[in-house]
Order: sequence, then structure tokens, then C-alpha cells
Amino acid sequence: MRITVTVDGTSYTDDVEPRTLLVHHLREKLGKTGTVVGCDTSNCGACTVHLNGQSVKSCSVLAVQADGGEVTTVEGLARDGQLHPVQQAFRDNHALQCGFCTPGMIMQSIDLLADNPNPDEEAVREGLEGNLCRCTGYQNIVRAVRDAAGHMRPGAGPEAEQVAGGERTTTGVGGDS
Amino acid sequence: MTAMAEPEVGRARVRKEDERLITGRTRWTDNIALPGMVHMALLRSPTAHARITAIDTSAAKEMSGVIAVYTGDDLDPGGEVGMPNAWPITPDQKTPRRPMLAQGTVNFAGEAVAAVIARSAAEAEDALAEIDVDYEDLPVVLGLDNAVADGAPLVHEDMGTNKSAEWIFDSAAAGSGGDVQQAMSSSDVVVTRRFRQQRLVPAFMEPRSVVVDPTAPQLTMWSATQVPHILKTMVAMTLGLPEHQVRVIAPDVGGGFGGKLAVTPEECAAVVVAQKLGKPVKWTESRSETMVSAHHGRDQMQDISISASRDGTITGLKVDLLADMGAYLGIVGGGVPVLGAFMFNAIYKIPAYRFSCTTVFTNTTLTDAYRGAGRPEATFAIERIMDELAAELGMDPMQLREKNWIKHDEFPYTTVSTLTYDSGNYEAATAKAMQLFDYDGLRREQAERRARGDRVQLGIGISTFTEMCGLAPSRVLGSLDYGAGGWEHAAIRMLPTGKVEVVTGASPHGQGHETAWSQIVADQLGVGFDDIEILHGDTQSSHKGLDTYGSRSLAVGGIAVVKAAEKVIAKARKVAAHLMEASEDDLEFADGKFTVRGTDTSTAIQDVALAVFAAHDLPEGVEPTLDSEAVYDPENFSFPHGTHLCAAEVDTDTGQVRLRSYVSVDDIGKVINPLIVEGQMHGGLAQGIAQALYEEAVYDEFGTLTSGTFADYLVPSAMDLPSFTTDRTETAATSNPLGVKGVGEAGTIASTPAVVNAVVDAVRHHGVDDIEMPLSPMRVWRAVHKGDTAAGGPGAEAGGGLGSIDSAHGGAQ
Ligand code: FES
Ligand code: FES
Repeated sequence: MRITVTVDGTSYTDDVEPRTLLVHHLREKLGKTGTVVGCDTSNCGACTVHLNGQSVKSCSVLAVQADGGEVTTVEGLARDGQLHPVQQAFRDNHALQCGFCTPGMIMQSIDLLADNPNPDEEAVREGLEGNLCRCTGYQNIVRAVRDAAGHMRPGAGPEAEQVAGGERTTTGVGGDS
Repeated sequence: MTAMAEPEVGRARVRKEDERLITGRTRWTDNIALPGMVHMALLRSPTAHARITAIDTSAAKEMSGVIAVYTGDDLDPGGEVGMPNAWPITPDQKTPRRPMLAQGTVNFAGEAVAAVIARSAAEAEDALAEIDVDYEDLPVVLGLDNAVADGAPLVHEDMGTNKSAEWIFDSAAAGSGGDVQQAMSSSDVVVTRRFRQQRLVPAFMEPRSVVVDPTAPQLTMWSATQVPHILKTMVAMTLGLPEHQVRVIAPDVGGGFGGKLAVTPEECAAVVVAQKLGKPVKWTESRSETMVSAHHGRDQMQDISISASRDGTITGLKVDLLADMGAYLGIVGGGVPVLGAFMFNAIYKIPAYRFSCTTVFTNTTLTDAYRGAGRPEATFAIERIMDELAAELGMDPMQLREKNWIKHDEFPYTTVSTLTYDSGNYEAATAKAMQLFDYDGLRREQAERRARGDRVQLGIGISTFTEMCGLAPSRVLGSLDYGAGGWEHAAIRMLPTGKVEVVTGASPHGQGHETAWSQIVADQLGVGFDDIEILHGDTQSSHKGLDTYGSRSLAVGGIAVVKAAEKVIAKARKVAAHLMEASEDDLEFADGKFTVRGTDTSTAIQDVALAVFAAHDLPEGVEPTLDSEAVYDPENFSFPHGTHLCAAEVDTDTGQVRLRSYVSVDDIGKVINPLIVEGQMHGGLAQGIAQALYEEAVYDEFGTLTSGTFADYLVPSAMDLPSFTTDRTETAATSNPLGVKGVGEAGTIASTPAVVNAVVDAVRHHGVDDIEMPLSPMRVWRAVHKGDTAAGGPGAEAGGGLGSIDSAHGGAQ
């Protein structure tokens, strides 16, 4: 099937097999290897990206389902060399060790802050329940997300990705945000 | 640079590693794509023990995109290749050959039987379904007691036994203590327990992956491994390749925890296939494959007895272990329980000790190192039985520990298991922990809840642990029949522009070596933190090393870096003296500058580096280089210790456990980077707590792993863990110039018994004196209401898990 997906601001048209998962399309066809695969049962969250402004586990979405959509991966967050506040907070708070869960954690954290701009510890833990980290024990991840909340202007959630990028196309349709 | 720079060591530097990782500019092995690369997928046995009577690969070979299909006999017609076991713990250890792909029999569910090579990973995967294997079932051996029973069916028939080896330490024989039988028979009190160390899955987040490029004379292998150097040598030895024609690269590696301390059949098969086809080959596993085929950890049955006099003075300790190796021996499999042998006596002065351990084969995935490797098991058993002894004696469990531990003025102290602890201060760590925890206040609350028969009971768990790490003095490893040494290598290259490249043989996979090593070198050489680059994980640039495990990187590899820096300075001193026309003896080196004592004449080490590069004017006989390398072999292990306190609330109606607070005060010696240390503690605690409460690899009666996905194997999420209070005391190690001890495994080793002790303490008044791990609500409830302490058992219950696969067996009951 022929699909067109905008990923991190670039539009790509490709033929894909109907069974191809979005995460495999991103990694293998589009070279977006910043997004990773940690499991095969949709439990780990390592593959989390934003599809039309909402976080999704890209291993549980078919590439064809993203047709006409806009995807943001961890590679598309920084602007003009400026890290996204959540990226910065992960770094400042030592919220990663091996870094394998980190792309998914960051994408999920941004989504969670969009829903709840000032979450308490409990809310952060709950919001990240679908993302597993084996290295950090989560404490610094929780700290990072709360720290980022303090640095983000109100509403700088996933929607902001679609308007803030000067150079970026905004051809995404079907967004429910 | 400023004249008096603040020391880098001790600073909470954010990590150099992070920028790439948070922006997705990563180099996981699975990211690698080479021209002409083909993909390998492996067919794995669905059955735990069977004879392979036929394999028909013809239909698979016809599938679209399939280039080749191989069986074990295709890859190794002579049946000669076996995965290495580097630690034969006894001269008569039985070591079955572990082939790349099964030959003749399959010995655990998940063992690879055939390999498909195809244009894409999906096509390779598709073709697996077309391979037809005929299995003739053999009796399945599961469970330690079953495996060693008389007349038990055998995992490896030709061996005539399921026992691999028996290893014994006896303090009377070693001359380090008395006879334990005698001690026990003349003591007031003897407490005996059987503890089960359930089987765990290391569950590194990055699945294993390997890419082999055979297109140059020197074959290149990328692998998601903890041990690129060991892998290079072992692959060469195992497959008979010339070692100089193998290059191994561990690029970004997504966690290991011992689980990637391995030389695997998959890696070797990829090499053989790549050589056969003359094309680059990639193999990346699915999580379901990881769960059944990457090695597991723990899985021991521990019979432990401790004797004491009425006043609480310990008189003897006896330990008999059965350790489940799975179907084969991994690279250090049999050695894992042996590492524990030295740690059962822990921080206590014990006059008589005997340890025996039997390593046993079963038809399960093999077990090998997992964070702590032998030491968490030992620490669990001793710290659990200290609580049981305290209960028996009617003593406060902390008082009992204090009565028996080595006092701070008794170091160095040689233990009953013959190790010499160089330093420590158990009193200081304990005092700080008790205060942070509010021990007395929580004890009061516990008494109140008990008195009013509260549904939610409170328990307090203690773990005053130590561990041996910094693996390891080579001569000690030699005396334990380990196949290699325990040194580490480092090299420093002084570049003409004053920048510095540091090569380390330690191979990080999340630990932050690039940051910590930069801090060390910045102080040693007086150069800027950002002017230093750390090179690791590629045997071409880092040609020598023994890699990362056993909390050894800093205490061994970090010291090698210091030694290399000292050599750089010694070389530079000669040149600096020559340049400034001064005597070497008159030079002082500080903050990166050589200064002629009593003058303001100085020259920076960067200027010396440039002068050496030009080499126009060097002193007689001096080579034009400052580059230096060092190989450091430690004289002793290092011995981090700490006091961990856990308060657990147990809902006696539901069996639900909630960790109310967790305080750890660790003494890991000098700290290079407190941020990294804190992260290591958090992660370690999470894994130890997970063993206590959540995780278990469960097999059904057919030998099928029923907790074979992340839906069934409960790696804790953020919701499942509390916030920890972590703090430190600091007693510098006297065994190395940085005074460091190591922190990688401390949290995991200490926390499991603290949690279980807390839960048992909460419900002891219900007659509960043990509950098998993981302490699922069902197990806790049954202990309280039915008196069943051994709820579960191998194959009977997916501990705390959803048990969704094991419907035939009731899942979580
Ligand atoms: S890879 Fe998508 S949830 Fe694990
Ligand atoms: S940082 Fe390693 S899994 Fe999260």
C-alpha cells in the first residue's frame, strides 16, 4: 500500500506491506532509528512517538494507519539546536542511564505534561506506567518530568510541536488534539 | 584554565553521554545497516527436552527472499563447537557441549534449532514457520530437588548425573575458623531455614543484537554485549578464528546487568553464517526470544543454619546450596554461587563456617550472572536468618547485628571465609540510616498497630550488607580456577592541540564511564573536562580489556586510568624540566602546570604535548611521545557496605504490600560523581525490590516458560516503586589510590532481604516466619491466613504475575 506520512517535519511517501508496524517503518524505511523496539507485547513503551499530537506505542500501530498523519519522534523535538525542555530536564536530572527507554519516556512525558501541566509525583508515576525502565528505578525520571513542568510554557505539549517548528510542514490531518 | 580549578572528582556533573541519547542519535546494534546485509532468524524449540529425529528445511528454502536455511549440522558438521565456560569450579566439573544450533537433542524450550537467512528480517521470520522438525519427547527435568533425586531422569544422558560440580569451603580445613559441626552442637540456639532464590530474568531493555561483517580480512562484529574484549578472544577460540582477524565493537548497549556477560550461540552462529555467505549478517531478537534464550539469574535452594549463644553471639554458620544451572553452563554459570560463598558471613565475626554448593542441570534456560551474581543470594540468606535468629532470641534485630559485626576499629579484618576487608564503618552507616528512617518512631507505630489489631500492619526490615566487588585480583581468580585474570587496561593519548583521548578496557552500557573517567583524568592531568574524550567498546581502538561487570569498572578500570595518567606526567616532567632548563626534582605539578619551585616559571602540560609532537628539542634519549598505558591488577577486592531500612505496610485482608519508606545509607568509599552514584543506587534498589515483590521466571510442568513476555514477567513500572531516600557515609578504600569501592550492585544486593524482612516482621505475630519470593498478595495472604510459607513453588504459580499463559495450571491461582 502506498502511504504518506510526515515524520519530524518531512513528508515521506512509500509503499509498505499492510502488516508493517509503524515502528518498523520509522526505523527501517525512514532511518528514524532514534525510536526503538523493546518488546513484542506492547508493554515497554520504548517505541513511543506522537501521532497527530497524541503519544502512541508505535509497535501497536500499523504504518498504514499513520497514512496522512504527522509523526513526531524523539529526533524531531530539538529546535535549532535547542533541546526540548523535557529533553533538557532528563539530562539535568540524570533521568537516563543506558538510554534505551529514554526516547519513549521523553515522548510519553511530553504527552503527560500536555494533559497535566503540573503533575504531582503520583500523577507522573501513573502517567508513565506503560513505559518500562530497567536502569533508573524511575526516581530521577519522575524528578525530571516535574522539573520540566516548571520550565515549560503552558500548553507546550505535543500540539506545540506542530506549530513551533518554523521550517516544518503542517500537513497532518485527522489529528484529534 | 583557571589557576585553582575546583576538583572534578566529587562534582555532580551531568553526563557527557546524554546529549546523543536524549535526541535519538544513537548507535544501537540493531540500527546498523550495511550494504548487502542479510538477516538471520532462529527457529527455537517449543519443547524442553526431546530428541530431534528429522529437520526438513526444503519448504522454507523456497520462500520469498530466503537465501539459506541452516541446521546445527550444517554449521558444525563435526559437532565440535561448544560455547565457552570460563569458570570450571572444580577439576571434575561436568560441562556439556552447548552447540550453536541444537544437534541431536534439544535441552530447553527456546534452544535454537535452525537458522533462516533472508533478504529482510520479516522474510526470515516468515520462513521459520515452514521448517518442519520432528521431536521425540524425552522426560523433562525441572526443579532442583527433582533433578538431584535418586533415579531422576537425566538432562544429559551421557553424563550419568544431573550434578555438574560440588564446591566446598570449610573454615576448619582452610585454617580460617573452627569446625562448624562442633560449634553448632555446643551452642545454645540453632536456627535453620530453607530459602528459595527464585529465578529472575535480567530484562535489559535493549534486546540482544549482533551484526557480523565478513567482507574484509579482519571480520567485524558489532554486538549488544557487556564484554567486547572477552567476546573477541572467546569467539576466536571457540570457532578457531585467528584472533587478530576479529574486531568486536560494542556500540551503544542498552543495559546488561550481567545478562549481556555472555558469549552466545547466536553470536557464533552469525559469524559462521556470515563467513559461509560472505555477506554481512544481522540478528536481532524479539523480547519473547530474549526471555527464553538469554540467560536467567539466581535460582538457588539455600539450606542455612546459624548457631549462637543466648546472648546473641554467633558461633557458627552452615550453608548448603543447590544451584540451578539450566540446561548448560554459561560463561561463568557455575562460578556464580561460588562468588556467594565468601559473602554469607557478611559483616559478621563468625568463628566457624562451612559452605557447600552443588550445581545442577535442569531442562531450562541457563542461568548465569545477574546483577550481584551470587552475592545477592548470599546476602539475602544471611540477612534473613539474622532476623530469624533475633526473633528466636527475642532480641532487636539491629542489636543482634551490632553485637556481631566487625567494629570500625577492627579493620583490616580477615573473615572466616578468608577475605580481608580493608575498611568500613558499619556503626556510622547504621546510625545515619536509623536517624533518616526514624527507626524508633516506626517501631512505636508498629507496636500501636499491633495493639489495636489494625488491618494494615507495619513491618521494619533491616539489611546491613557488604559485598566483594571490583572483580578482581588475578591471583585470587586463579586460585578459584577462573579462566582469566581480573586486571584492567587504560591508555592516555596526549594530542598536539592539548586535547586528550583516554582509552579504557571497561565497556559501559549505561554506567556513565565517559563522564566519570573524564572527571578523573581532568584532575590527574589538570586539563578541562570537555577536552577529554573517552574511547571504549571497540577492540580496534581499545585493544585490551576485561570489560564491565562485578562493579569493577571504577575500582579496577578507573585505577588503570590513574596509573596511565601518572606515567604521562612522569614523561612530561622530563620534557618540562628540559624546556625550562630546570632540574626535574625542582618541578611541581599542579592544575596542569609544571612550575619551578619557588619561581613563577611554569609550563602547561598542553605546551609540553605540543613540544613533544614537534620533537625539535627533547632531552637526550626521550621518545617523542607522552602517550602512556597501564594495566592495573588490584591487590584486593573492594568492600562497599551499607545499612538499608525498609518500612512495609501489609494489608492483612488482601496480602497487599506497600513500601512506605526505604532508606539506604551506603559506604562506597570516595565518590567520583554523586549524580551517577545516586542513579546506580536507585536502579539497583529497584531490581532488588523487584525480586522481593514482583519478578519470577515460572516454568510449567512441561518446561515452558510461562512468564515469557513483559505482560507476564513483572518488571516494575514507576507505579510499583516508592521514592527512595539514599544517602552515604564515606570510608575511603585503602586498597586503591582513589579510595573507591564500586556501586553498581550495592542496591540490588542489599534491598531484597530488607523488603522481605519488613514484610515478615509485619506479620510475624500471625506466626509467619518466612514467605517465598516474590511476595505476591496471594502468597502473603496465604502465609497470614493459612500458615503456608512456601506458597507457590516452581511451576505452581506465576508469582504476582498475570499468569495469563499458564491457564492449564491455574496461573496466579
Ligand atoms: S516496543 Fe512498543 S511497547 Fe515495547
Ligand atoms: S535508562 Fe536504561 S532502560 Fe531506562
